[in-house]
Amino acid sequence: MISHTDIAYLARLSRLAMSDADLAVFMPQLQQILAYIEQLRALDTTGIEPTAHVLPLRNVTRADDVGASLPQAAALQSAPQVGDGFFCVPAVIE
Amino acid sequence: MAQYEAVIGLEVHVQLNTATKLFCRCRNHFGDPPNTNVCPVCLGLPGALPVVNQAAVAHAVKTGLLLNCTIAAFSKFDRKHYFYPDLPKAYQISQYDLPVCRAGWLEILLNEQPRRIGITRVHMEEDAGKLMHDEGGGGSVVDLNRTGTPLLEIVSEPELHSPDAAYAYLTTLKQLISYLGVSDCNMEEGSLRCDANVSVRPVGVTTLGTKVEIKNMNSFKGVHKALSYEIERQTKAVSAGQAIVQETRLFDTVQEKTVSMRSKEEAHDYRYFPDPDLAPMTFSAAQVEAVRATLPELPRARKERFAAQFALSDYDATLLTSERAMAEYFEATVQAGASGKAAANWIANNLLTALNAAHLTLAQCRITPAQLADMIALVESNAISSTNAKNDVFPVMFATGASPQAIVDEKGLRQVSDTTQIDAWVRAALEQNPAVMAALTSGKAKAAGTLVGAVMRLSQGKANPALVNARIAELTRAYLPPPPEPA
Repeated sequence: MISHTDIAYLARLSRLAMSDADLAVFMPQLQQILAYIEQLRALDTTGIEPTAHVLPLRNVTRADDVGASLPQAAALQSAPQVGDGFFCVPAVIE
Repeated sequence: MAQYEAVIGLEVHVQLNTATKLFCRCRNHFGDPPNTNVCPVCLGLPGALPVVNQAAVAHAVKTGLLLNCTIAAFSKFDRKHYFYPDLPKAYQISQYDLPVCRAGWLEILLNEQPRRIGITRVHMEEDAGKLMHDEGGGGSVVDLNRTGTPLLEIVSEPELHSPDAAYAYLTTLKQLISYLGVSDCNMEEGSLRCDANVSVRPVGVTTLGTKVEIKNMNSFKGVHKALSYEIERQTKAVSAGQAIVQETRLFDTVQEKTVSMRSKEEAHDYRYFPDPDLAPMTFSAAQVEAVRATLPELPRARKERFAAQFALSDYDATLLTSERAMAEYFEATVQAGASGKAAANWIANNLLTALNAAHLTLAQCRITPAQLADMIALVESNAISSTNAKNDVFPVMFATGASPQAIVDEKGLRQVSDTTQIDAWVRAALEQNPAVMAALTSGKAKAAGTLVGAVMRLSQGKANPALVNARIAELTRAYLPPPPEPA
């Protein structure tokens, strides 16, 4: 069973603000999802290779050739705050 | 009191020197204006898809083989999630349970004894951007040029037991990776970074004590100092019956001590899962062997070959193979005709001193190996004296890149081996030094030796020293009293 604490923790990890009303909506939904996972877990998967990728693709690589980058102005255009060519963010203090 | 031993494991991040980033074609280059080597992929814009740089994969496999690792038959990329302003996607593409390389070892020399240090794994991941803090207390600024730079994380087993061992591990690792040519290994530019896990335990105990992670060590000496401090701190605490707190500590480079980060202790929950945007990688045994065949001759093998092939001392062979560029410079000089011994002497004694004094690397050196060989040939054929070569020819070559022949001709340094000319200088020197003459006539043969300097001055250093000695001996004999008659 999923608890309030679990949801609050998940919300914090995802940086999502959740009101009690939100919790009331999402708790049952998450519980349904987890119940489904529980069903899957009941299957015996002994000897089955874990799936690393759903497509049968391997070794998709490219040559080490330089291509065009964005102009600085374009790179910064969607940022809420910029200065001197940098993205500006709230102070990060360890 | 119980004796304690330290247990150290190192995590080294090495930036690969590919032309482009790990998952996009932006330039992988240090020092450009901020946010100019960025694109939708490394900015984490919605819908952008990463594609793996095959050169970075090749570098990872090479490094794994260098470190005697097993190369995975099957490897994949995973997403490691956390929020930080230098990580635009809010996840780092890394490798979790199936890294490219596993279970290797690195041999280090500790107190002259070889020791194998286990390598747990080498995995590929992308670097984060660069976050800079406004000292004035304003905000922070972000440059995403570094975002997506290919990194290898090399994780050692906790098998190092002293700061010296950690230092030896790091210098050896750096030397080998530099030899491989997959990274610049420049700690100042951040292309090589090191974190350490350290704990202490009573000698004889085999379980591990509580470990502390140390970050922010920006030089190998810094690692040594941080470990020394931390080992002493933990030993004192444990001896006094205190528990060690599992935490991350930063090395304060000014105070030379480690300090707790005091960050909110929120357990890391990275929620790794396979990156659905990237196909897994496979490596066949044949592919791995093909890469192994491209590995360069490594320092130790090269040192032994140099010592045997060129009759070099252990010291010279070690010095000349300490960097691949230097070993190649030496071999090119020999190939251009110099003897191994002469090339070794000139490189070890003159070239390296000059480079150090000028703060230059061998790559920036203006003297080509062929020019150095030519200069050595001029000395060995007695066309110039070794003194002139050292004082007048070599420094000009070093400063201008001019050929030794051109410098010798321009300065008129060609050594004089003409007996008539040398005899004239010897006579002139004798006339200028009546005291020597007097000493000679009173039977002091050794006095003739003081004429060498005078002759060299008269010849402006151009007289062939061997001939000068011979001619002085010959011409002064006449002044000596006759040997006593045999009885």
